[in-house]
Amino acid sequence: MHDMSAHAVHHHAPPTSFIRKHVFSLDHKVIGKQYYGLALIAVFVGMVLSWLMRIHLGWTNYPIPGLHLLSSNGAPGNVMTPEYYLQLMTMHATIMVFFVLTTAPFAAFGNYFLPIQVGAEDMPFPRFNMMSFWVTFTAFVVLISSFFVSDGPTLGGWTQYAPLSAVGKVGGPGEGTGVVLWAASIGIFCIGQLLGSLNFITTTLDLRTRGMSLMRLPLSAWAWFITSCMGLTAFAVLMPGCILLILDHVAGTSFFVPSNLVINDQLQPHSGGSTLLWQHLFWFFGHPEVYIAIIPGMGIVSHVLITAMRRPMLSHRVLIYSMGALAVLSYMVYGHHMFVSGMNPVSSLAFSFPTLIITIPSTIVVLIWLGSLYGAKLRINTASLFALGFISMFISGGVSGFFLAQPSIDIMLHATYFVVGHFHLVMGVAAMFGIFAGTYFWFPKMFGRMMNETLGKIHFWLTFVGAYCIFMPFHYLGMAGNVRRYQAFVDDYTQRLIPVHQFITVAALLTGLAQFIFLYNLMHSRFWGKPAPDNPWEATSLEWSTPTTPPPHNNFGDKLPEVFHDPYQYGVESSTGDYVMQASPEKVKSAHEEA
Amino acid sequence: MGKFVAVTIIVIAVASAIPIVMHTWEPPADISTHGALIDEQMSETMAEAGISFLASQILLAIFIWMFSSPKPGSRIKRLPGGAKGLVIAAFLLVGAEALALGVFGVKAWANVYLTPPSANAMPIQVQAGQFAFYFRYPGPDGKFGPLHPDLINEGTQNFFGLDQDHDPDSKDDIVTAEMAIPVNREIHLLMHSKDVGHSFFVPELRVQQDFVPGLDVSLHFTATKVGRYEIVCTQLCGLGHYNMKAYLSVYSQEDFDNWLKKEAAMQ
Repeated sequence: MHDMSAHAVHHHAPPTSFIRKHVFSLDHKVIGKQYYGLALIAVFVGMVLSWLMRIHLGWTNYPIPGLHLLSSNGAPGNVMTPEYYLQLMTMHATIMVFFVLTTAPFAAFGNYFLPIQVGAEDMPFPRFNMMSFWVTFTAFVVLISSFFVSDGPTLGGWTQYAPLSAVGKVGGPGEGTGVVLWAASIGIFCIGQLLGSLNFITTTLDLRTRGMSLMRLPLSAWAWFITSCMGLTAFAVLMPGCILLILDHVAGTSFFVPSNLVINDQLQPHSGGSTLLWQHLFWFFGHPEVYIAIIPGMGIVSHVLITAMRRPMLSHRVLIYSMGALAVLSYMVYGHHMFVSGMNPVSSLAFSFPTLIITIPSTIVVLIWLGSLYGAKLRINTASLFALGFISMFISGGVSGFFLAQPSIDIMLHATYFVVGHFHLVMGVAAMFGIFAGTYFWFPKMFGRMMNETLGKIHFWLTFVGAYCIFMPFHYLGMAGNVRRYQAFVDDYTQRLIPVHQFITVAALLTGLAQFIFLYNLMHSRFWGKPAPDNPWEATSLEWSTPTTPPPHNNFGDKLPEVFHDPYQYGVESSTGDYVMQASPEKVKSAHEEA
Repeated sequence: MGKFVAVTIIVIAVASAIPIVMHTWEPPADISTHGALIDEQMSETMAEAGISFLASQILLAIFIWMFSSPKPGSRIKRLPGGAKGLVIAAFLLVGAEALALGVFGVKAWANVYLTPPSANAMPIQVQAGQFAFYFRYPGPDGKFGPLHPDLINEGTQNFFGLDQDHDPDSKDDIVTAEMAIPVNREIHLLMHSKDVGHSFFVPELRVQQDFVPGLDVSLHFTATKVGRYEIVCTQLCGLGHYNMKAYLSVYSQEDFDNWLKKEAAMQ
């Protein structure tokens, strides 16, 4: 355990200039808010793209007013072309996976709250931290810029399978400059994540305050720590992949393109590359990425739920070990994306077993949540509603994993809407619910004002029911053989499925509209919300012990706190009520002993 | 509000299960010799996943119902068995479930992928390219002529890049845009891509396999029912991906022979 209160190292004075305070800030809290802002912009862009796709899928060739303004080539007469559909789809997925699901729960909340939860005044490398945000911001700008190049963004999907992604312009619209911008953006994004992960790991290991043992870290801090270990290894594999992909475009190399390919009757000037190599590199990152998106959500939801339940989890340790097991196993299961890819069919079996085994730690996490709800004194508020919604979504998205873990069933479900339904529920919607739970929970600390609970609850109900209406039917479509990444359904057997697509489109439009209630609540409360008390939820961890709300520049004022308790001492009898704060020296009978 | 959440979760869980139980959206009926094993595996998985889904959602709902409006002064209760009980339950129940599915699943997978095609399986070559499939039959000599990618020319309809003037084995090869096979005869499909990644998916046949540019991939199956089915591409291959398909006709042996003769005459 490290005693940072004795020799606090990072005394930087609060900045005074606007640029240093709000733009190129070294303060982890400002950087966290910047990440949140970036994710907020990204999520609305991504959502509008999904609306456009959904309208097109429900009513193909229906003109969408104003669409030609976005791209005159992509939507002549406001009707989306097949290639423009794929370009929007690729951008939707890339924006959502990288700039929302990775950025918000991990980089935004983690930056803001990890140093405070461990009792530090900042991260150990504030300049790296500042760089990590601005590098990520640059990545976003580079990605969006591909909308404005002549033939638009890449249409190759967020997985960018080679050789379509590597042969250049001949592959189709957006496969030249669009792919280079995509790969550059993602490569840059990786740098940001590597810098961020380095900071998260060192913050957790080196900057814990006096009394803060590893096991006294809140579950959210543990989740960010585990995620940063994954980030450091997964993004380190994706980045070279992106560099090699760019080289195939600009340097005449053939890492991912084999010989003798003929496109438009032209023999391509490549030889010796491997298309499966890209898939291995991509999915070695891609599957851990799923957990990079969801583990912070697990941590946030556990943290929020414990406060709402007024009790610690049945076992703090088991939850931590399970999240750790998920992280380790996530590297061994990536081949389940490639069962029918043409890799050795024996490998498919080798990847199938760890994929089935990973359901065990996932189940343990869910059972610990359920088991801890038993006998709790659950307080219902918007944050806890979203936390409960997360559990429901995680279960729904998780069970479909049983199907996709098996190569024989994957023969039928691979590349269908079943897969789309599965990952949207388990890593998309569930992670979003984690972000919402975190937002409603921590907003008072971040901005010193309360969010509107009534609007929050309306937002929850519309989103919870809406998300199920959108994503459950995806599974049915997939079971009927509906292939994904089609801009229209021309196959005979898909004709009867079109009404289901229309239902989903209506649900997506309405659920999307409900998100503007959230945006309004966020903006309005930021300036005109009720002033927040220091500890509105009667919570125990260190972020609620800061001398002011929002916390001062160095988080804890003159003296770093000392920690006397496990993180979740609820259901005890203390002078403050049924909880005792980590930084309070008051002696109480431990909730763990009593439990 | 807690009770309302509980009821909503149960309504959603039950409503989600109804189309499954009613078999509203099913894959098209199987027409292959190996498909029954896959279908069986699918329904077993559905039963296990369905029970897990309903049980966990209902348990979640019940606990929210029970514990969201605590009486003032009530104490926190602890689940009998605690975390240890849950961990053991997860290992036993889910571990057994996963192991069972994994072990039985091997059989269905092995049937398609780990057994070689029989010696008298009928070879057909399929080539995928943006955005069409082409098929090649070896003709009376039973031999496929070599491919010359530099000779590929859509204008002259030399889709495979055959040199029929110089390669004797190519002379009698029959190239078609539609796939036809005889019923109840094992087919050995030799797959290659001309340009980018594609996939060969016939839901009725219970086969799906990617084309890997630069690699020759093979697949074998036997169709058991005469009819006309769709072959669709499931690997994103460019702007025409959604429209990349071909038809598969399963004929009686006699009808197949006639079809092949007709196609040979048209070369």
